Amino acid sequence: MTVEITDVGVDLGGRPVLRGVTATAREGRWLAVIGPNGAGKSTLLKAVMGLLPHTGLITVGGRPVRDLAPRDRARVLAYAPQSPLLPPDMTVHEYALLGRTPYIPYWGRESARDTETARAVLDRLDLTGLAARPLERLSGGERQRVVLARALTQQAPVLLLDEPTTALDLGHQQQVLELVDRLRRDDGLTVVSTLHDLTLAAQYADDLLLMSGGTAVAAGGPGEVLTEDLVTRHFGARVSIGAGPAGRPVVHLRRPTG
Amino acid sequence: MRKGVVFAGAAVVLAACMAAGLMVGAAGLPLKGVLLALADRLPFVSAHSGLTPLETGVLFELRLPRVLLGAMVGGLLAVAGAGYQGVFRNPLADPYLLGAAAGAGLTVTLVIVAVGDGAAVPLAAFCGAAGGVLLAYGLGHTATRGGGTATLVLAGVAVTSFLTAIQTFLQQLKVEELQRVYAWILGDVGGGWEQVAMCAPYAVVAAAILLLHGRLLDVLSVGDDEASALGVRAGRVRLVVLVAASLATAAAVSAGGLIGFVGVVVPHAVRRLAGGSYRVVLPLSLLAGGAFLVTADLIARTVLAPAELPIGVVTAFVGAPFFVTILRATRKVET
Repeated sequence: MTVEITDVGVDLGGRPVLRGVTATAREGRWLAVIGPNGAGKSTLLKAVMGLLPHTGLITVGGRPVRDLAPRDRARVLAYAPQSPLLPPDMTVHEYALLGRTPYIPYWGRESARDTETARAVLDRLDLTGLAARPLERLSGGERQRVVLARALTQQAPVLLLDEPTTALDLGHQQQVLELVDRLRRDDGLTVVSTLHDLTLAAQYADDLLLMSGGTAVAAGGPGEVLTEDLVTRHFGARVSIGAGPAGRPVVHLRRPTG
Repeated sequence: MRKGVVFAGAAVVLAACMAAGLMVGAAGLPLKGVLLALADRLPFVSAHSGLTPLETGVLFELRLPRVLLGAMVGGLLAVAGAGYQGVFRNPLADPYLLGAAAGAGLTVTLVIVAVGDGAAVPLAAFCGAAGGVLLAYGLGHTATRGGGTATLVLAGVAVTSFLTAIQTFLQQLKVEELQRVYAWILGDVGGGWEQVAMCAPYAVVAAAILLLHGRLLDVLSVGDDEASALGVRAGRVRLVVLVAASLATAAAVSAGGLIGFVGVVVPHAVRRLAGGSYRVVLPLSLLAGGAFLVTADLIARTVLAPAELPIGVVTAFVGAPFFVTILRATRKVET
């Protein structure tokens, strides 16, 4: 399902946080939202999820997000926040099962099919062995996979991931992003994620959206967006950008000389 | 499987506590006689209990309503506490932290001082408890848009202090009523059948609504944003649970006075034993709260016999050290 963001603005506490953002996440592709701290990346993701009131138009599969009932919205969009709240004594299986919430009526309870769906997702993410473990006894990498499992249990065609690699070491970053990419290709998911690491964003995303000061300043393929000029201007960083594998750019920090 | 065992165990404990509550007192009653006398009251059953008419009177007019009211008030306070904890995501949230107790204390003092009539006390307590929680909720909600967890609890503390100040002022104004006010504030469950009948309908409605929201409270435990992203209207669920928990508190307070700590101690003990899912915590709190308060009442009326200790003193004696333990455990998790 394609996500279209047209001239979107968001105010938080009377202060404009997003202005005139336009972008498209095409069906089955990965759009990475990059930009300096405070650029409005997470806010954009929350607006797409329908968690923040916005001006302009956001559509998923052609339908405006703001017109969708919460349960219907949760069946097309799955969201993993930057620092998810993990109830310490909830088990991995119980947590994954929460992803079935949009399919359960208000007074109802999970069906056998819901339980089976959660089990199958845990199996797919190699989490079956941890199913009975309480969330407080997971490592950082396991935690991130469990949050992903909950989002996948939602069986939504669009995955919104806010900084999925925060607080992970290099190996686990790669593991999580490879996993997301595999799921995207296998299931034809549309992925929209914020990523603070520009080189990682360039490696995994099909399209980049560079945000700065609440507006979209550049969009396109990794090679078009990650230019020394744009990165220097918007991140205030000295970088040199080289060619990496498959023609995707690699960003190096350069120390000021002299 | 294990869940079933835990529920059966809690039911057995509650039954045992209630049986003890029926047997023990100034006039000791034999277990067999009590059970036979109870069976005799069932339709189509006839049994000869062997109790004297006086003993039968003690059982049915004093002990039975007292034990039933104790179980009901304890269960309501515990399940309301668990509900508040789910709504505020705070294991220390409790009917007494949120202005309910102070609200009821104020309105009851008002009634005793101004009217001097005991008949209006239950209604006054009910209005005061509901008013106190709504005031705290409203204040917490307007103080920060959306209402953070900590803000709501702090608002409850502010409301409590304010209402208690007015209540103390009124009470000192009319020193001759001091003892009646204190007796009510410290709580007792000896109100008889009249109180049982008054409390029961609220108890059933409030407990049913709370128990049916276990799954949604589990969804809320991952945070409002994520609950919304999962298609749950977090604000609406909170409001429904909040109203039901306040109804339960008001019913308990109007029938039993101010009995502290049940709402925080019982759900916490339940979590230790059976895990954190509200689908388990809510029904288990209902059962265990009943057992806890019936036992506390048994202690209250026997330890200084023939004098009676206010039941709130017993629950505070057990509850306050427990509260500190929970506080320490919570701090450890947060840091």
